[in-house]
Amino acid sequence: MKGQSGEISIRNARICFTTAHRVVEAVKDISADFSPGTFTTLLGPSGCGKSSLLGAIAGFVRLTQGQVLVDSRPVSRPDGSRGVVFQHHNLFPWKTVQGNVEFGLKMRRVRKEERRRLADEILDRVKLRGFQNSYPDQLSGGMLQRVNLARVLVNRPTVMMLDEPFGALDAQTRLQMQEMLLELWNDLKMTIVFVTHDVDEAILLSDRVLVMSRRPGRIRADFEVPLSRPRSAEQLTSADFNRQKKFCLDLLREEAHLDEMSSNGDAMSLSGLEVTVPAVEQNG
Amino acid sequence: MANTLVTTSPALATTHTLRPKTKRLYLPILIRCASLLACVVLWHLASTNKWNGIVNFENVPSPGAVCQAAAQLLVSPKFQNHLFSSIARVFAGFGCAVVLAIAIGLGVGRSRWLSNLLMPPLELLRPIPAVAWIPLAVLMFPNPEESMVYITFVGAFYPILLNTIHGVGAVDTNLIFASLTLGANRLRVFSDVIVPGALPAIVTGLSIGMGNAWFSLVTAEMVAGQFGIGYYTWESYTLQKYPNIVLGMIMIGLLGMLSSLLIKRIAWYFMPWAKLGANQ
Repeated sequence: MKGQSGEISIRNARICFTTAHRVVEAVKDISADFSPGTFTTLLGPSGCGKSSLLGAIAGFVRLTQGQVLVDSRPVSRPDGSRGVVFQHHNLFPWKTVQGNVEFGLKMRRVRKEERRRLADEILDRVKLRGFQNSYPDQLSGGMLQRVNLARVLVNRPTVMMLDEPFGALDAQTRLQMQEMLLELWNDLKMTIVFVTHDVDEAILLSDRVLVMSRRPGRIRADFEVPLSRPRSAEQLTSADFNRQKKFCLDLLREEAHLDEMSSNGDAMSLSGLEVTVPAVEQNG
Repeated sequence: MANTLVTTSPALATTHTLRPKTKRLYLPILIRCASLLACVVLWHLASTNKWNGIVNFENVPSPGAVCQAAAQLLVSPKFQNHLFSSIARVFAGFGCAVVLAIAIGLGVGRSRWLSNLLMPPLELLRPIPAVAWIPLAVLMFPNPEESMVYITFVGAFYPILLNTIHGVGAVDTNLIFASLTLGANRLRVFSDVIVPGALPAIVTGLSIGMGNAWFSLVTAEMVAGQFGIGYYTWESYTLQKYPNIVLGMIMIGLLGMLSSLLIKRIAWYFMPWAKLGANQ
């Protein structure tokens, strides 16, 4: 695993999309580093370019400016070492659960018996043993996302990106999935970049939260979540958790306020946000 | 509603073939048989009483007469000749169409360059019905056998081609992204995502193409054939063997139906997941 630890470094990233009529700037001036094995959440309103940034790390969105390095190598195209889980499952409808999970291994020409063994192992972890021969059409939303997780994790990615993966699930299933994800991450220790607009989810899961502004997306705040691990859904009601949540909501509120005040969306008094961050960290 | 899947139940989700209750299986079959029987009875009444309305049933043979003709034909050595020459022509023409149309369709669907190169002449020829090819086909090919196969081919080719192109274009881009992030290269994206993703549309093309193939063949046989069911039907008319006309028609209907069924069966074998969707 040497040289393949899952360290991500984003430098001066800018992403523009050209539509039929105009050029849309999705993301601007983003620089951030993600240490190996950490869990970082990109938190922000819809359409703030979170997903574009994720796409750039995965390699299927091209940067207009800047660079994304993973383990010191520039990202040029998608590959199996950087897995992505999207909000809406994109399992292959013509493959069984087993076939979907084995896909990445097949691309790497792993032998059949070995594929089967690795797939069984990961399906055990996401509690889907017994569903190997089912087709995606036969599974519920939560199960589909578990297959999705398994399909990515079976490749042992060093980086895993999740784009609002539990957004379409009901509250109860979402909590189960969040706990499952934490367990898997704890065991496998890949670098996770998680995108959400749900404050609870961001705090419950992450080591660190990057708050993004409206389009063009920029990082408006960057703070660590000092809650102890292992975490579980029970902590959602703890005093520590609520303190973190209030802090985060205040940030978002201020962000929304800033947005209204500045017509051109420039960083006005960002320093004010950043100063408050260390104070809270000490609290936790 | 009996087929609705309860996906949260592991017991149900692991067995993908759902067996509806036998009661529900018999009733539709009963209704279907009754419907067929009613048609035959109506035909019998109309032909034996020589109903005369907008449609003149005076010269229409009765079901009994047709059955007699069928009994005669079944024992005659000509029967196999007619049957097998038609089937052989359909499979030759349809087979060529399947190979060419799917290959061209996959290529054109994926490559703009190929599309620009191949589509203009194909689009130009497309509105020409297979039947309109008959005179030229007779002139172009050394013997009538090949011209008939060619006409069958023309009939089957376009539905398969257009559905394949459409199917390739309709493959969900999210699935392509997913395969890329799982490490697929261009070739693998094509073979493991584009082709299976387009398969349901291709099958639709195949079944339309098969219908067109029979349609074109029968017409071609009537004009240029020496054996075959289309030829048999037309020959019966010129020889004024009226029951045999109807017999020929029924055989065309049966063969068309059976070949559609065959395609469906083969499709289900290759795409068990699609059958599943249809059940729900």
